[in-house]
Amino acid sequence: MENIKTPVLRVENLAISYKMRKGEVSAVRDVSFEIYRGEALGLVGESGCGKSTVAFGIVNFLDRNGRILNGSILFQGRELRGRSEEELRRLRGNQISMVYQDPLAALNPCLRIGEQLSEVLIVHRGLSKEEAYEKCIEMLKGVYMPDPEEMMLRYPHQLSGGQQQRVVIAIALLNNPALLIMDEPTTALDVTVEAGVLDLIAELRRKFDTTILYISHNLGVIAYVCDKVGVMYTGEIVEQASVEDIFLKPMHPYTQALMRCVPKLGESKESSYLPPIPGRVPSPTNLPPGCIFAPRCQHARESCRQKHPELREVVPGHFICCHFAEEIAEAEWQPPEGLVPELTTGGRRENASEPILQVEHVKTYYKQRGKSLISLFGLGKKQYVKAVDDVSFAVTKGHTLGIVGESGCGKSTLAKTIVGLESPISGKLEFLGFDILAPVSKRDRRLIKELQMVFQNPDSTLNPSFSVGYQIGRPLRRFRKVSRNQGRKEVIRLLEAVRLDESYYNRLPRQLSGGEKQRVALARAIAGHPKLVICDEPTSSLDVSVQAAILNLLLDLQKEYDIAMIFISHDLSVIRFFSDYVAVMYLGKVCEIGPAEAIYSPPYHPYTEALLSAVPIPDSSAKQKRIIRLGGMVPSALNPPSGCYFHTRCPRKLGDICEEQDPPRQIAGKEHYIYCHIPLKELCKMEAVVTLAKNTKGNS
Amino acid sequence: MAIGEQASPSGIATCRSLGQHFRDAIAPILASKVALVGLGLVSFWILVAIFAPLMTPYGPLEQDPEAMNLGPSAEHPLGADHLGRDLWTRLIYGARTILVLAPLSVLCALAVGTTLGLIGGYFGGWIDEVVMRVLDAIMAFPVILLYLIIIVALGPSAINVVIAITIAGAPGIARLVRSLTLDIRTREYIAAAELRGENPFYIMFVEILPNARGPIIVDAMLRIGYAVFAIGTLGFLGLGLPPPAPDWGSMVAQGRLYIWINPWAVLWPSLAISSLVIGLNLFADGLREETMRYQ
Repeated sequence: MENIKTPVLRVENLAISYKMRKGEVSAVRDVSFEIYRGEALGLVGESGCGKSTVAFGIVNFLDRNGRILNGSILFQGRELRGRSEEELRRLRGNQISMVYQDPLAALNPCLRIGEQLSEVLIVHRGLSKEEAYEKCIEMLKGVYMPDPEEMMLRYPHQLSGGQQQRVVIAIALLNNPALLIMDEPTTALDVTVEAGVLDLIAELRRKFDTTILYISHNLGVIAYVCDKVGVMYTGEIVEQASVEDIFLKPMHPYTQALMRCVPKLGESKESSYLPPIPGRVPSPTNLPPGCIFAPRCQHARESCRQKHPELREVVPGHFICCHFAEEIAEAEWQPPEGLVPELTTGGRRENASEPILQVEHVKTYYKQRGKSLISLFGLGKKQYVKAVDDVSFAVTKGHTLGIVGESGCGKSTLAKTIVGLESPISGKLEFLGFDILAPVSKRDRRLIKELQMVFQNPDSTLNPSFSVGYQIGRPLRRFRKVSRNQGRKEVIRLLEAVRLDESYYNRLPRQLSGGEKQRVALARAIAGHPKLVICDEPTSSLDVSVQAAILNLLLDLQKEYDIAMIFISHDLSVIRFFSDYVAVMYLGKVCEIGPAEAIYSPPYHPYTEALLSAVPIPDSSAKQKRIIRLGGMVPSALNPPSGCYFHTRCPRKLGDICEEQDPPRQIAGKEHYIYCHIPLKELCKMEAVVTLAKNTKGNS
Repeated sequence: MAIGEQASPSGIATCRSLGQHFRDAIAPILASKVALVGLGLVSFWILVAIFAPLMTPYGPLEQDPEAMNLGPSAEHPLGADHLGRDLWTRLIYGARTILVLAPLSVLCALAVGTTLGLIGGYFGGWIDEVVMRVLDAIMAFPVILLYLIIIVALGPSAINVVIAITIAGAPGIARLVRSLTLDIRTREYIAAAELRGENPFYIMFVEILPNARGPIIVDAMLRIGYAVFAIGTLGFLGLGLPPPAPDWGSMVAQGRLYIWINPWAVLWPSLAISSLVIGLNLFADGLREETMRYQ
């Protein structure tokens, strides 16, 4: 591609600002990059770093209060700034296409897929209906939609999330655009679906030679899709290089920190430590005078705080915005030798301790009213959504059970059932030897105190009307009968336990960042010294650097208070890092359960194998078999398949037996069970999906 | 543990003074011109009502046979009615009753409606069905008819006017609060409260209600306007305060008989009612717009 001299897109010194009440806030400063034909440039960074603003700025699609201050945007050699709205509109339709995060929001819910696809061709190319139809079918085949003729007649809601995103990509590609801008196109999707879409994007690049600007916060995804990467931090590109250079030899301290704080698939809490990035992202209204990363940088010196570094080419093709890039690259920061065992939990505890929670054959069904007229009056056949279907496991004192699975597999319902917010229809739930089948309102207060929960959404986990101090103090007063003046002291002690200080006592939730809110929620959960805490995706809506801090905090608290935990997540790397035991769920059933290290190495349940091979890994030294892809949709829990629930998508299906009989429980090792018809011997022959390159430095 | 996402000491003052709280509370009012105009109209009537005895030499029932059905004059700036009572005096004393009765009846409706709405929305299921169907039944009556039935059943008096407006107004408030509750109860802090084993009434009134207050306050402001209107209507129909109390509605009704001789006796109380209602509505609208903008 070297023979083509003009880049498809060349952005120079782009600066964008938003008008706010307080005045102009600069969102993007001095951003330059170029993309040549057939290339994919990834922009990666944490939330609020200006990735999306850059993308919107290119097509002048900014919010009304945003404007481009400075710089030039050359598209195929022609300046885009200063073009009329009409010209830009035509350009957006014909030459530049965008794919956004939420496919359902990008599709018109009251038009059939076919109409939405052919509209693009009819409006922009002036094709006739028949010609357009032909082209659309071809394009749908191109994005690997099963049964394209049928799909053309469907409405968006009749498609699965992955299929919707495929349709959006198909629409974007119909005009054969010179540039495709993708803004977090797979963030809202499950890993197995995400893997399919990423494969598709990679394939399309080969087939159509499309130029892509790919925006994501996920390093793994970027590593898989892009050739070049720009790392953004508070509106500036701090490092730009080829994918290999970024992931193997990151040179900017921020990039290095970002890589270190993501748990790699296969790392566990015994062997490694996630160093979080200290401090928080500076607000764009109050940027530091020197290097923007200096306040959080471990290598910062006096000159960093004084002078703003320029983006410069340190090694050919590798641009870094740091005064001391050369020195830092060599002295890659690792936790000092002695610190690792101290920071980690220092090996597994003895397994002898008895279970504190026992879940046996628990079923939680939701009643669903049928669609017929009779059922309107409550007479029809009742249907049930089998959210949790015959689940059994035990949690032992001080240990963590990780529950992993795609969305809709019943993870959260299981959590709610255990804490008593949902009532199971049958089964046995025993906690500390007491039966806890009753809903939480009927449980004894002493039992309630021992079982607490941390929720997913930091924005709704705290009551916006009350101060932090009040909300942490409330469980204290209820559970421990702490007097008022003692209460304040105790609350401050708890705040300190979650690494916040006294100044937070009187703050309202809206004055906290997402990570801080989650810390307060944690303090609230542990206020009564519970024996078991259920964490339902506590870090999934946080940035990776904050996630690392919260995970470390959870580990510390677990050690300090000897809390058993159930940790629910869709992120296999986080689960592996955090848990002693792991249960893999699919459609309300557990398909594999066992010690964490056993789950992540063969023998696997076929579903576990597929999940593992779908995770994008931000580490080019790790080897991953990326061939197992699940087809089809997750079946409805209202009407699950017969026999093994997974047989409709299983790549290793044996035959009729899978459709007819429930899979047997096979003992694959100590405390390791796989629910599958495939004989254990066969399962043992599987290859390991992920092989981590042995990194001896970090291991203790 | 030195390593950790350290809480940055930010510039947000932790201890907020009372004055600041007050300033925060009135900021949306000051930001909206519409709300300011409304507030001006309303505070005019409030001030006039409070200082009524200082603003007129006459009593509300005092008769001046010389001035019977006369228009504005030096002695009687707005004129006098058919019994020679000073219209300005009666208006400002009438403002006293209406400015007590209207907010009082809305407060009562708010108490009843909020409680029912919270109960219906939070518990759901058959409790919700029963509560909401009963309220639907009340809402199915035309409001005027409902007022008539209640006042006729209970007899005309200030208290019964309040009761009538409470019964007629509560279902609307209950629906609003219920819909807010249905939304708020799905938040995770409600689940957290349930997991602490809080009793349902604590959750409803302490955890849910404060977070629903914005829309409820705006709705209540509008409702005070409607209540003023309703009290005027009841007075006009002869179902309000029994005569000779200075009631705006009954002033209009009595003046109507002499409208050809003395239109002033009808005009002034009508203007009083509409200016107060418009003032309250403008205030509520401005407030709503400003609070929406912050969201």
